[in-house]
Amino acid sequence: MTGITTDHVNLKQKNDFISTVRRQETITALLVTSVAVLILLVYLMPMGYALVTSLKDKSQTAAINAPLLPSTPQQFEYEGETYDIFYVPQEDGSVEEWALIQGRRRGANDFVDPANPEAGIIEWEGNWRALDAVWEPNVQWSNYPDAWNFIDFARLLWNTLVYAIITMIGMVSASAFTAYGFARFRFPFKNILFILVISTLILPPQVTLLPAYAFFINVLDWGGTWLPLYVPAFFGHAYHVFLLRQYFLTIPREMEEAASIDGAGPLQTFFLVILPQAGPALTASALFHFFYAWNDYFGPLIYLAGNRDAQPISIGLAEFNGLYSSEPQLILAASVITLAIPLGIFFFAQRVFVQGIVITGVDK
Amino acid sequence: MDMMSALEDAQKDRFSWTGMSQARRREALYGLMFISPWLIGFLLFYFFPMIASAVFSFMDFELSQPDEATFIGIDNWARLFNDDTLRQAIVVTFAFAIISLPIGMLSAFLLAVLLNSEHLLGKNIFRTLFYAPTMVPLIAATLIWAQVLNPADGWINRMIEWLGFGSFFGGDVRGVNGLRWLNDPARPNLVWIAYTFIGLWGIGNAILINLSALQGVPTELYDAAKVDGATWLRRLFSITVPMVSPVIFYNLVLSVIGLLQFFIVPWVLNGGDGSPEGRTMFYMIHFYKQAFNFQNMGYGATLAWLMFFIALAITLVLFGTARYWVYYSGELDS
Repeated sequence: MTGITTDHVNLKQKNDFISTVRRQETITALLVTSVAVLILLVYLMPMGYALVTSLKDKSQTAAINAPLLPSTPQQFEYEGETYDIFYVPQEDGSVEEWALIQGRRRGANDFVDPANPEAGIIEWEGNWRALDAVWEPNVQWSNYPDAWNFIDFARLLWNTLVYAIITMIGMVSASAFTAYGFARFRFPFKNILFILVISTLILPPQVTLLPAYAFFINVLDWGGTWLPLYVPAFFGHAYHVFLLRQYFLTIPREMEEAASIDGAGPLQTFFLVILPQAGPALTASALFHFFYAWNDYFGPLIYLAGNRDAQPISIGLAEFNGLYSSEPQLILAASVITLAIPLGIFFFAQRVFVQGIVITGVDK
Repeated sequence: MDMMSALEDAQKDRFSWTGMSQARRREALYGLMFISPWLIGFLLFYFFPMIASAVFSFMDFELSQPDEATFIGIDNWARLFNDDTLRQAIVVTFAFAIISLPIGMLSAFLLAVLLNSEHLLGKNIFRTLFYAPTMVPLIAATLIWAQVLNPADGWINRMIEWLGFGSFFGGDVRGVNGLRWLNDPARPNLVWIAYTFIGLWGIGNAILINLSALQGVPTELYDAAKVDGATWLRRLFSITVPMVSPVIFYNLVLSVIGLLQFFIVPWVLNGGDGSPEGRTMFYMIHFYKQAFNFQNMGYGATLAWLMFFIALAITLVLFGTARYWVYYSGELDS
């Protein structure tokens, strides 16, 4: 009898204990997650500001006491003209929303009550400039087409896309060739050459920049064209060589050996056996280069100097910022359009992308 | 460390073309063929330009007048010591590095710890969202931050005002007398804080690399420490930090080298004129003006080489200190 009761009590205590632990775990999880949400909100806050402000009217971006969300001053039409509406304090302490017909530096100002326009002009003594305007929510979707047209975005987008895609093809194929050479073949000075590959990663690009610049501009007369940026891409880059080599090393040799027994040469093996298996690494490499090209500012800045028709987005956007600094809503709309494409690709392909970063970052 | 093993292997390289069997010779030829794109590119875009760049640094060479280029000995190198703008640029670049590096690296590490927490719900969503700003093209991020920091309507100043920190800055936060982050002659150092904020939108890769290192820490270590009664903080400093120190070291080296190249943000936001009070006259801005505005290839190349030597010196110093604070768990085995 007593034994059963004790067992019963023990079981109850055990259950209580488990549920307490569970409750504690739930509370910790909620706490940690809320902290993460809070940090994330602060971190992404400028993005929110950009989206909200890109939908505002220009008048709101300059007004100091305007509401946070896109709005325009509320207006009232009186005898064929439109007038702004203000909060007008009354002697009895109440506040009326009246349209300002005529504001004067001193003396009485003329208002009309939109609720009762038949009453005609109401005079109000005081400084009308100190009054707060009445705002009503008003979203300016037209800022996006406006920014698009102002900046001639179609041209910038085309230039950037052509640059990104042409150099991506060159970069990935040249780097894949080189990476395969380093991953599978024995040749003289291989290790020294591979150290050279890695050391070009650490070399500041400025060291080689000026002779290359002088050569492209003075000798080849490529100034104002994309050629100084297209051509070097077709010789690969250490970053991509390294990433792809690390991946090729993980591919088992058996299939290549089988292909070679079947009489395939190294080139055939590379195209038919290796490349089809290297999908994730090739995609990561292609994406990295695409984003690099989309971001590239310095190269186009020095080589395209003066040729506005050839500008990519980065240069066009910076120039737009300088010329239209009084139109922040358009600058932000253009910025949002610019970030939409790489961000969209990232959300779509993030798994491959993250793997690539980890491969290059951890193995080095 | 891939680089180290490659160095050791390099010493074993034996080159004897005739001593090879025919199959080995064929293999070597194919290998060289596969690496030929990079090899030719290396000669064209690294090897010869580096030699030329060294030659440039002993010349008076203006790009618009290539025929008048002359050798002037070490004049360009001597000029480095009398260049006041250069001295300022070095001070600015290092001062900014001292402010922004610790903030950036610490944020990346702490965010990775948060994203690795066993208590965090919806890890993948958080990981994606914390990485997203890194995908924003730098020019767009720069312009967005310039607006969010604007003194009148920007949300940063609104937030400071709303939190009641106005008195901390001595009065107005918003408006004409408010905090003008990017160009405040009365508070010129604010611009470095503003640039640091912009930099925080680029720490995604550092977060990911930290995160993958955290995931590689054996859980037994934590379990053993818990049994011994170590607190969360104690576990963080005694297990987590040492175990991920190689990755912190890697990020540190990359960030220092990257900061020497800092250009787009000061160029676009402060026009490259150093405003306010010279605080944005970064090394690269000085280099750009000498090389491309004044077309002075000779002195430009000298500045480029000086940058290389500075980067090399910093890297060597960092590698020298590494054995005191970077822990390679692999060393235990060997």
